[in-house]
Amino acid sequence: MTAESRPSADAGWATTRVVGQPLPRVDAHERVAGTAIFPSDLQLPGMLHAAVLRSPHAHARVLRVDVAKAERMPGVLAVLHDGSPGAQIAWHPGRDGKPLSRLFDPHCRHEGEEIAAVAAETPYQARDAVRAIAVDYEVLPAVVDAEEAIAPGAPAVHPGGNRVPGDRYERGDVAAGFAAADEVVEMRFSTAAELHAPLELHGCVARWEGEQLTIWESTQGVYAVQSEVAAALGLPLARVRVIGHYVGGGFGSKLATGKWSVIAALLSRRTGRPVRLFLTREESFLVTGNRPASVMRLKAGVKRDGTLTAFELEGLGAGGAYSPNGAGLLDWLVRDLYTCPNVRCTTTNAFIHAGTERAMRAPGHPQGAWALEQVIDELARRIGMDPVALRRRNVPAVSQGRGGMPYLTTGLDACLEEGAKAFGWEEAKAGAAAARRAGGVWARGVGMGAGLWIGGAGGDPATVFVNYFIDGSVNLNMGASDIGTGTKTVMAMIVSEELGVPLAKIQIEHADTGTTQFATPSGGSKTVPTEGPAVRAAALDCAAQLVALAAADLGLPAAALELRDGAVVAREDPARRLPLGEISGLRRQRVVVGKGTRERNPAGSVICPFAAQFCEVEVNRLTGEVRVLRFLGAHESGRVMNRMTFDNQVYGGITMGIGFALTERRTLDRGQTGKLCNFAWHDYKIPTALEVPAAIVSHPIDLPVPEANLIGAKGLGEPVTIPTAAAIANAVFDAVGVRITDTPVNLTRLAGRIAAAAPAERS
Amino acid sequence: MADDERPPSPDPAGGLSRRGFLTTAGLGAVGLAAVRAAAPPEAEPPPEPAADARLPVTLRVNGRTHRLRVEPRWSLLWVLRSELGLTAAKSGCERGECGACTVLFDGVPRYACMTLALEAEGVEITTLEGLAEEGGLGAVQRAFVAHDAFQCGYCTPGQIVAVEGLLRANPAPGPEEIRQGVAGNLCRCGAYPNIFRAAAHAAELRQGGPDRDR
Repeated sequence: MTAESRPSADAGWATTRVVGQPLPRVDAHERVAGTAIFPSDLQLPGMLHAAVLRSPHAHARVLRVDVAKAERMPGVLAVLHDGSPGAQIAWHPGRDGKPLSRLFDPHCRHEGEEIAAVAAETPYQARDAVRAIAVDYEVLPAVVDAEEAIAPGAPAVHPGGNRVPGDRYERGDVAAGFAAADEVVEMRFSTAAELHAPLELHGCVARWEGEQLTIWESTQGVYAVQSEVAAALGLPLARVRVIGHYVGGGFGSKLATGKWSVIAALLSRRTGRPVRLFLTREESFLVTGNRPASVMRLKAGVKRDGTLTAFELEGLGAGGAYSPNGAGLLDWLVRDLYTCPNVRCTTTNAFIHAGTERAMRAPGHPQGAWALEQVIDELARRIGMDPVALRRRNVPAVSQGRGGMPYLTTGLDACLEEGAKAFGWEEAKAGAAAARRAGGVWARGVGMGAGLWIGGAGGDPATVFVNYFIDGSVNLNMGASDIGTGTKTVMAMIVSEELGVPLAKIQIEHADTGTTQFATPSGGSKTVPTEGPAVRAAALDCAAQLVALAAADLGLPAAALELRDGAVVAREDPARRLPLGEISGLRRQRVVVGKGTRERNPAGSVICPFAAQFCEVEVNRLTGEVRVLRFLGAHESGRVMNRMTFDNQVYGGITMGIGFALTERRTLDRGQTGKLCNFAWHDYKIPTALEVPAAIVSHPIDLPVPEANLIGAKGLGEPVTIPTAAAIANAVFDAVGVRITDTPVNLTRLAGRIAAAAPAERS
Repeated sequence: MADDERPPSPDPAGGLSRRGFLTTAGLGAVGLAAVRAAAPPEAEPPPEPAADARLPVTLRVNGRTHRLRVEPRWSLLWVLRSELGLTAAKSGCERGECGACTVLFDGVPRYACMTLALEAEGVEITTLEGLAEEGGLGAVQRAFVAHDAFQCGYCTPGQIVAVEGLLRANPAPGPEEIRQGVAGNLCRCGAYPNIFRAAAHAAELRQGGPDRDR
């Protein structure tokens, strides 16, 4: 018996007992006790350790690889390189479907490309052997900057050149729109490449036994790894089992499969032993993706009454050596966030000799917000309107970027209004202005930004099983990963809500292609709205089967019965009830297996989450140092499923946005070697406990949307980081009257511009 | 490897750079071997052992004594995880930057990735596994659960051990002292505000305060 989740108003929860509560995680114990076995913790009998030799050059051709010495070194069991049998595996499909590279391609198009790999008894021996491999390179000219890459004469990453046209989007009459404007602003922005840098390194343990390959992978999606590894190695899906019970962060960089998994599998096949291959931190900064660097020119027009008349965006993004999507979604907010009849967006990707981009938390959106939300503030200033008021004046009811399809619900105005109120926007603005008038080295300012995320609706496919045992405990079986957002906890809460089973009696089996059901990777703010409805459908299926079994015992039609407080009860006569444990059919079959699948999203409307964030900063007028004093995130993601994990997402998104605005930049040796200069955390600075304000407030806009799906929720993980950096930039402008248009803020340049902007104040 | 060509970078904890760590590991072992051999003052210094020669070491971990033979270049983190099976301490960078490997050395937080196993002789090492109390989780662990002071959980063992070390030195830290206490432990998920709350609550629990929800 199968229940497809059926979105309808009456199927939605009118009230909830469990869902929405601030509940600790169901897997908290193992995470704080240290007993959670992450893939990088796994130790198998006979396990070998692998290490990879990588190109030290941004662009080079490998002329010769000599592994003879390495193969004879202590503890070494196997060395793989391009000449090894079976190692010439295609990698990085191009737009025409033909591969752009292969596993150990002698043409290295960025620093860190794989040249050879070693399996040895210890990681120390493996690294010794890697160092003993002799390679002759022909070093070739490299280009690592997007604007330089599309200039005439730049070294080509691929035949055909580095310029890849992206989307071209147009609606209305942009020239007429600018002509009708009272104020026009045009500014240039850039954002530096940002690295995902999850705490657990990328890698896996691979074990090949006979025809069966098992991979324990630190991944956001076991089924994605299964299909990609199976395709690379020519194996049936069923012969590749991928297990990823825990993952120490991913942020998009663990959505896809890396070469490491295939290399580990080949080494395991060669040696007949399990092989552990986890990258070093330095390697991970080279080859596990990034939020691509961007350059944007944005022009916008507004009338004095706050009507937006036109937007024109030109965007350039650097997809790295193998991705044509460096500018992907850069323009989405310009297209979609505010009501505007005349919009033109042109984006271009540049291939560069650097590591390939990978989707990173809301791809394109924080970059686009960096430009759009600063330009909107500038327009507000020009017409003398409050920035919140200008945004509220232009809240759309339809998705203009999708041809005017209506949003099923939009909480954008509520995020702006309630967020401003909860933050104390008016008082904070006045307070900061008063503090500035009082003088001093530190200038205070407030700023805000808004956003939406193109995704967050979730959707099919998803399949989930709920096994209801005779003692009233439940096993929930789903393939999805919990990447730290609290997926398992939310799913257990849904089962608890529907079946009345306490969380302590719910066990979850997940993220294993051998034993759990198909799921798409966890990412894009879609896991809760994808898996949640399927979980609820499975629980409802369970309940329907229990009622049907009880109907036979009670001698009543199933339609007259319902599940309530651990018993099947006659709706009209609650005295006629049967505790679940006494249902004879359940006692006979011992378990009821409920199955749920994810329905299609409703046609004809758009489902996405909305956001507004507010912050207060202070800027040192002499040094340019920026301190973030407090933040508030107002987020509408449909129903709040767990207030505690909801708030934690808000803290995390804002923290990541602070890093994007203030400190994070992948620095390549531009114009020289093209190599990565900041290859670990000491020089690539992510926020520490000292950069984050203790006062981050989450202000949820709890707006269940039962028409969207069976749980009425949208996703949250991406929108929480979209407006953050722009809000900080707007606050810096409020503080010192200088716009930081490039991420991350350059303190020296900011201090110089502060001095130039206000010489009178300093004398 | 590519990073071998780069100059060493300074380490925030005041230790060695990764490159320096690898190249001086053998010398460190010689030094320790010399200390051990100091009792009979022989004329000949001990020969430098090969990088993969194993030396005896005795480690005290979570109250138990382990006699092992280790390569002089092996980090304490590697020995804890691979030789002793104590995998709570995590490997995040192996260059003293993230704190996921934090353990206590006589009660003081220390990066196990930047410590040679041979250097760890003669001290009481405490890992996260050693913080459980009879019948369940320790105070800091309970506070981390109650305040949702983690997301993916990978930095969490190091964060908890860092807070434990902070509270042993300073039983009632203020907000700024808590921030400083975990400043050497990166959390990319950004659960810092909850980590701060958990640390403050853990201080109360250790003083006999009640468990509470938030």
